Amino acid sequence: MTNQITANIHETKEMTINMGPQHPSTHGVLRLEVVLNGEVVTRVHPHIGYLHRCFEKYAEAMDDYSKVIPYTDRIDYVSAMNQEHGYVIAVEKLLQLEVPERVEYVRVILAELQRIASHLLGIGTFGLDLGAFTPFLYCFIEREKILTIFEKISGARLLYNYICVGGLMRDVPDSFKPETADFVKTFRPKIKELNDLLSYNQIFIDRTANIGVLPAEVALNYAASGPMLRGSGVSWDLRKNDPYSIYDRFEFDIPVGTGEVGTVGDCWDRYMVRVREMEQSLVIIEQALEQMPDEGNVMEAVPKRIRMKEGEIYVRTETPRGELGYYIISDKSSSPFRVKVRAPSFVNLSILPAISRGALLSDLVAIVGSIDIVLGEVDR
Amino acid sequence: MLEFLENIIPSSPVALVVFALFPMVIIIVYALFAIWLERKVAGFIQDRLGPMRTGGFHGWAQTIADMLKLIQKEDIIPKDASSFLFKLAPFMIFTASYAAFAVIPFSSGYIGSNINIGVFYLLAITSFLTISIIMASWASNNKWSLVGGMRTAAQMVSYEVPTIVTVLSVLIVAGSMNLMTITEMQTGNDIMGFLPNWFIFQNPFLIVAFAIFAISMLAESHRVPFDLPESESELVAGYQTEYSGMRWGMFMLAEYADMLLLSLLGATLFFGGWNSPFGTFMSGPIWGFGWFMLKGMLLVFVMMWIRWTLPRYRVDQLMHICWSILIPLSFVNFVLVALWEMIF
Amino acid sequence: MQKQLKEGYQTFKSIFIGMAITLRHLFQPSVTIQYPDVRVELPPGVRSKLYVNIDDCIGCLLCARACPVNCIDIETVKATSDVDLGKTSTGNPKRLWVTQFDIDMSKCMYCDLCVYPCPTNCIYMVPEYEYSEFDRKNLIFEFSNLSPEKVTEVKDKLEKENEEKNRQKELAQQKKDQEKKDQETDTDTDAGKAGE
Repeated sequence: MTNQITANIHETKEMTINMGPQHPSTHGVLRLEVVLNGEVVTRVHPHIGYLHRCFEKYAEAMDDYSKVIPYTDRIDYVSAMNQEHGYVIAVEKLLQLEVPERVEYVRVILAELQRIASHLLGIGTFGLDLGAFTPFLYCFIEREKILTIFEKISGARLLYNYICVGGLMRDVPDSFKPETADFVKTFRPKIKELNDLLSYNQIFIDRTANIGVLPAEVALNYAASGPMLRGSGVSWDLRKNDPYSIYDRFEFDIPVGTGEVGTVGDCWDRYMVRVREMEQSLVIIEQALEQMPDEGNVMEAVPKRIRMKEGEIYVRTETPRGELGYYIISDKSSSPFRVKVRAPSFVNLSILPAISRGALLSDLVAIVGSIDIVLGEVDR
Repeated sequence: MLEFLENIIPSSPVALVVFALFPMVIIIVYALFAIWLERKVAGFIQDRLGPMRTGGFHGWAQTIADMLKLIQKEDIIPKDASSFLFKLAPFMIFTASYAAFAVIPFSSGYIGSNINIGVFYLLAITSFLTISIIMASWASNNKWSLVGGMRTAAQMVSYEVPTIVTVLSVLIVAGSMNLMTITEMQTGNDIMGFLPNWFIFQNPFLIVAFAIFAISMLAESHRVPFDLPESESELVAGYQTEYSGMRWGMFMLAEYADMLLLSLLGATLFFGGWNSPFGTFMSGPIWGFGWFMLKGMLLVFVMMWIRWTLPRYRVDQLMHICWSILIPLSFVNFVLVALWEMIF
Repeated sequence: MQKQLKEGYQTFKSIFIGMAITLRHLFQPSVTIQYPDVRVELPPGVRSKLYVNIDDCIGCLLCARACPVNCIDIETVKATSDVDLGKTSTGNPKRLWVTQFDIDMSKCMYCDLCVYPCPTNCIYMVPEYEYSEFDRKNLIFEFSNLSPEKVTEVKDKLEKENEEKNRQKELAQQKKDQEKKDQETDTDTDAGKAGE
């Protein structure tokens, strides 16, 4: 009886709290409806759609396949090159177009550079979510160098519209090769510095190890991809498992989560997979720079007008965030009949309610950060 | 100093007011300087420059400009907030910080109130900070503020224990609660012939005590890695979420004043207060003030340096550190300090 | 206990390693520049503002068609036969007055797609990035160098010429019809004569 009374006195109510869309660490305009018991999260419900820009409808309205490319940039504005690459490969496969050797190499180098840039942003903002401001800016210093390389070749820093159907919009300048090689050389010590400053910092480990554990089975059931899946210890990378472009020519490893400081599939593993992937991207870039032919017309295979036959295709590529799929149906007209995007961030975000149950409010921030979503891609 | 003021100012109440306003001048000048310094330290650590424009040399007038901006801003009070408490909280938090400066011996010639229970008074008055933060968070009628306020309450109450125990270990060595007396006891350079008589050199266990004090100091003034009350990436801005304009400025001022207060307390208890590190060389009331502020500012700089290096702890880890590491450690250390004092 | 001690040691060690790194950066020169005083030199071909060399424009509308967001608005008037608009610097003959060539930079998505199809290379991006405006209307850049009077003049002229042409056409038609009629009547009369 007495117990009953004290229980009533100390009974606490659950509190619904609205996190976002203007919260500093929801990476854009994600809105999370969080039900809290004290500081413990009992339910999370993500609300999306604040950045919906009708990409798929726009793509249907364009009267040319190449006019869609600038819109693909804007799906995931953090890794625009990878988005373009996926779309262009899909259109080229529909057209059965052969692309010159040099173009393929440039595309791969750009895609890998973009992967590094995107991961740098993901890692930096993850640190920022946990209160470490300085590593974020160190990451940005490096990212800036990549963007400068991109600016020199394409003229834009963020949304490039550089890869076009059958080739590239312009040839890369002579300075591209030495500058990229130089970046690769200077970037390796920076990864070590980042590891010292953030990855192996005990406070950081305490905050991320054993948090938001995503078992491999759950990850597969939710169709997670990219670092999210690899962090759970599943070695699945489309560059290796289903090579597109010329990825079968390079030697590289697929880093997976090992549970080095906690459990396999925790936030730290997902974070560390990204850091190690940057190293592997450097390996790929080095090989590609070595094999890349110096001469060759990049506009050689660009069709004057894209004349499409009826058909449909699904092409999947590995973007920094995971498996990006373009499903294109073409009819005889000059505009695509349907362009469907399978956005990795969208799928990865759907896991959030499952892995954040029982976590603290601070952990929820860490989990959202470790998924590394880009809201442009979630909402499209 | 009071006699001096009474000599030059004919009316003695006016002299008292001038005397009492001295720490206020220090706090405001220091806050303007420290916020600028914080930005510069952050900038240089992050390979940036920080403020560069306002005022000419390295943007020294940036904080003054910001203060002017804050004063001009619209005073927004949320509709459903408890208006009276909402307005009261910022003043109360600043009053608490300011009042605590009364017992800090700024130099051999200036101490606001030379009372025998100086340390006790200081620890008691800083508890007002907790109350005013809870007041602010509760009155805001905002869930984020509430969570922040509850965290603050837990954090500050918990970390008061190790702070007090480490202060107690100094008091064992000093045998007095009067901060002026404590400082005077550290005058001279006798340890190993050249080291100053500071408490940190007098007793090896006081080094451990200082380490514990430094950690709890970070938590008490809620700086990274213990800045959970504000933790901008989780709680938006914690208890400050609904505040804007000069009311928010008061919180900012109090936060920096709190930093200085704890740093100065640390300097008094462990690093000889206003004593010069070179014995009688460069000592005296004016030099003493300089040394004291220098010591305090060095500790403030270290706090900034830590802030721009580390991520932040989670609330349960914060409690874990306090209750299962710092408190037992500080008690054990307290006994060891006492034993050392008995034996030597 | 041992594990806790080890963890405590790790914590302090990693904190001091981190602080050493930030201290090193504290004394490194900054990577940022003081923007309005110092400016980065933009690489060639940077995409920041569209520019049209209107003297070379032949009014072919290819750029307007290539634009994914329809931010280019072109209106052309055919030149009357009495004026010779000359040739562009690339040698293409100009046959149209470009009476309106507006680019709405607030709509532009800087994709560069309008630059490639231009046969005379008269539309291109220039490295000018400081053109913020308080009013959105000011972001519509008008490149046509014809004054409104000139525009009405050429339009009127074209209208007149068209009218003239139409009239001539009509006249020719009438003439034709007349001739036809005449012929018909001729044949009629001939036939009538023959029938008589």
